[in-house]
Amino acid sequence: MGGETCPECSAPVSPKDRFCEACGRNLRVRRTPVGGPGSQWPPLCACGGAEFDEDGACEACGRARPSARDRVEFALPGVAGISDRGRRRRRNEDSMAFGRVRGRGTAVVVCDGVASSERAEQASQVAVDTAADVLLTGLQSGTLQSARDAERATAEAVVAANAAVARLARPEAAEVAPSCTFVSAVVTDGSATVGWVGDSRAYLVAEAGAARLTSDDTWAAQLVAQGVLTEEEALTDRRAHVLSRWLGADSGVTEPQTVTFMVETPGLLVLCSDGLWNYVPEPEDLLAALPPEAIARRVAPLEVARALVQVALDAGGHDNITVVVVQLRGGGGS
Amino acid sequence: MAVAPEFAVEVRQNEHLPAGAGRVEAVVTVTATGGARAGPAADAAEVLVLDTSGSMRSPPEKLAEAVRAAEAALGVLRDGVRFAVVAGTDTARVVYPPGPGLAVAGPRTRAAATRAVRRLRAAGGTAMGRWLLLADALLSGPDAGAPDAGGPGSRASGAGPRHAILLTDGENRHESPQELAAVLERVAGRFTCDCRGVGTDWRVAELRGIAEAMLGTVDIVADPAGLARDFESMTLAAMGKAVADVSLRLWTPGHAEVVFLRQVAPALLDLTGRRRRTGPRTGEYPTGAWAAGESRDYHLSVRVRPAAVGERMLAARIALVGPGEAVSGRGRVLAVWTDDAALSTRIPPEVAHYTGQAELAEAIREGLRARRAGDAARATARLGRAVRLAHESGNTGTAKLLAAVVEVRDAASGTVRLRADVTEVDEMTLDTRSTVTKRVGRD
Ligand SMILES: [Zn+2]
Ligand SMILES: [Zn+2]
Repeated sequence: MGGETCPECSAPVSPKDRFCEACGRNLRVRRTPVGGPGSQWPPLCACGGAEFDEDGACEACGRARPSARDRVEFALPGVAGISDRGRRRRRNEDSMAFGRVRGRGTAVVVCDGVASSERAEQASQVAVDTAADVLLTGLQSGTLQSARDAERATAEAVVAANAAVARLARPEAAEVAPSCTFVSAVVTDGSATVGWVGDSRAYLVAEAGAARLTSDDTWAAQLVAQGVLTEEEALTDRRAHVLSRWLGADSGVTEPQTVTFMVETPGLLVLCSDGLWNYVPEPEDLLAALPPEAIARRVAPLEVARALVQVALDAGGHDNITVVVVQLRGGGGS
Repeated sequence: MAVAPEFAVEVRQNEHLPAGAGRVEAVVTVTATGGARAGPAADAAEVLVLDTSGSMRSPPEKLAEAVRAAEAALGVLRDGVRFAVVAGTDTARVVYPPGPGLAVAGPRTRAAATRAVRRLRAAGGTAMGRWLLLADALLSGPDAGAPDAGGPGSRASGAGPRHAILLTDGENRHESPQELAAVLERVAGRFTCDCRGVGTDWRVAELRGIAEAMLGTVDIVADPAGLARDFESMTLAAMGKAVADVSLRLWTPGHAEVVFLRQVAPALLDLTGRRRRTGPRTGEYPTGAWAAGESRDYHLSVRVRPAAVGERMLAARIALVGPGEAVSGRGRVLAVWTDDAALSTRIPPEVAHYTGQAELAEAIREGLRARRAGDAARATARLGRAVRLAHESGNTGTAKLLAAVVEVRDAASGTVRLRADVTEVDEMTLDTRSTVTKRVGRD
């Protein structure tokens, strides 16, 4: 394909170039910005006001200055994600990071900061950045060709992310140590590996149907597995969202659960926080919420993500909503 | 110049609103803190306005006590304070000093003023607006410490406290209510004025109107013998003010409406209509003069445009503005929309308390009005309600005054019977003091 330009400086580049001749940027790897959407405030309030008092209230309409994290959209070829504050929470404590290594594959990480811990948005951001680094480095080095390699890299990513989140903790406030959930995907030619800790989820949707790839690390899910609760009881149980595993100083987590599957037909891999799946818990619900033709890959992944986030917002948006959609080509390559 | 004042602002509110609601209520406590001290005596100015209309002769001790009260006030004027004494009838004249402007307090001038006051004789009518105009002319002259003698309602700046005491025993017969209102419009904010009614022939509503416009107090002095001590304490309080001409600055967001702003402690005073626009979203309300350590409560109600659940809005920002536009203190009233009814239905005790105190004052006034009109059923219902509110809020002062007008059978339920033998003094005392609130509990 011709006419490509450097994402950094817009200089024309060839698909064969590994680095931009003009600015030296690595052209094989493209990823979401480290640190998230940036801590700098958007310049304007939704009302158009440009002046804010020292507490961030708009001088014209009084509303709190929007954070750049309130709504984050990012798209790369074949993968796109949205992270939205939702309608009820004061901050967006979800984070997402993903990247693409040309000719090698795609890595995605979604983390949901635990609201009852302090600095939850920092926890989720440092976790996704750290884990994405590990997975993208593996993809670049070409060592993630087998399922075992991908699962090992996923475990390394979790260990690194867990350590990074643990470093945020203050020893004197151990009970509110920053913490978050974790779900990741490494998508290469022909296969995909999903890893998770906590209750963020991954779904696979294809023409043949939809499936949930993850099982929640929650007390309710454990009780269902042990036959103490039914699925329906678990949904309304107050322990439904109490995590049994998470990342953070007090997590004790050493490895994720993982699953690897062959990508044989076209479809979509959806990673999301509970802010989405609360409203579309079953794979069939998610399937029904997709725009028409989405599975046939006639809709850009960013549009698919927008449609899913909108479903959650329309249903009340009680929590932060993060959705990352990866297109699966099927029959080799993503 | 008085020492620059500092103010602390504390806001009590429930910022959580249910979806679609736009009314935000807060109780704002303002306290003069910091290094505020009474300024140099030369910055303070005091004018005593004594009613010398013909009615002051009956009984004869009325004028005698007024003279004694003026002597007491003169006795506590600090050396260096600028002062004058005005005698009011259907016109007004300066009793002291004999020359133009104000005198400087000192042993010689105090003695001379006392001699002049003792020569006062009562004769003529009552036109309080003219008394106030003369007081204003004296207080805004070049020797009163007020550098600008600006137009109507203008704010003097950089001056010490300018204060008047107005004593009367009767109705404002010799000018129309419109004439008095026009004078108040003109002089409001230029000095503060405490009003005292002696005897029972004056009208509570009339004197309260003057006191509220002039940001002063109003009270009844039923027994002339109590006048001297009252004058002395008012004069001392006026001279103890560290800073005059303080305004409360209120910012509200676009599309917001200030439903009301009223002082609720130590007494009720509605400031809503006193707003002076200072910017597209800001206005200032006069609060008069403040002593060091003085603390007052204000009840603010703002209507904002409702935002979506989860949104946060600054509904008001409060600061105090002193002389020379010195801004001090800062309070924030917030609004957060939520669908959690447990959060949004909570009424803060301070807001509930002062809502009750305002209703208490209203019930007393309505009850007394009905009683005068001979509507016993309505008077019983309203005064019963007042008894119950006074009881519930622990306003024992008002409860005591109510008990002189109604026989209380059960305070908790507000069960009362009208007394047949109510004296004019008891009724007027209750009416006058109905705006005195019980301050909300604090440690
Ligand atoms: Zn470049
Ligand atoms: Zn705005």
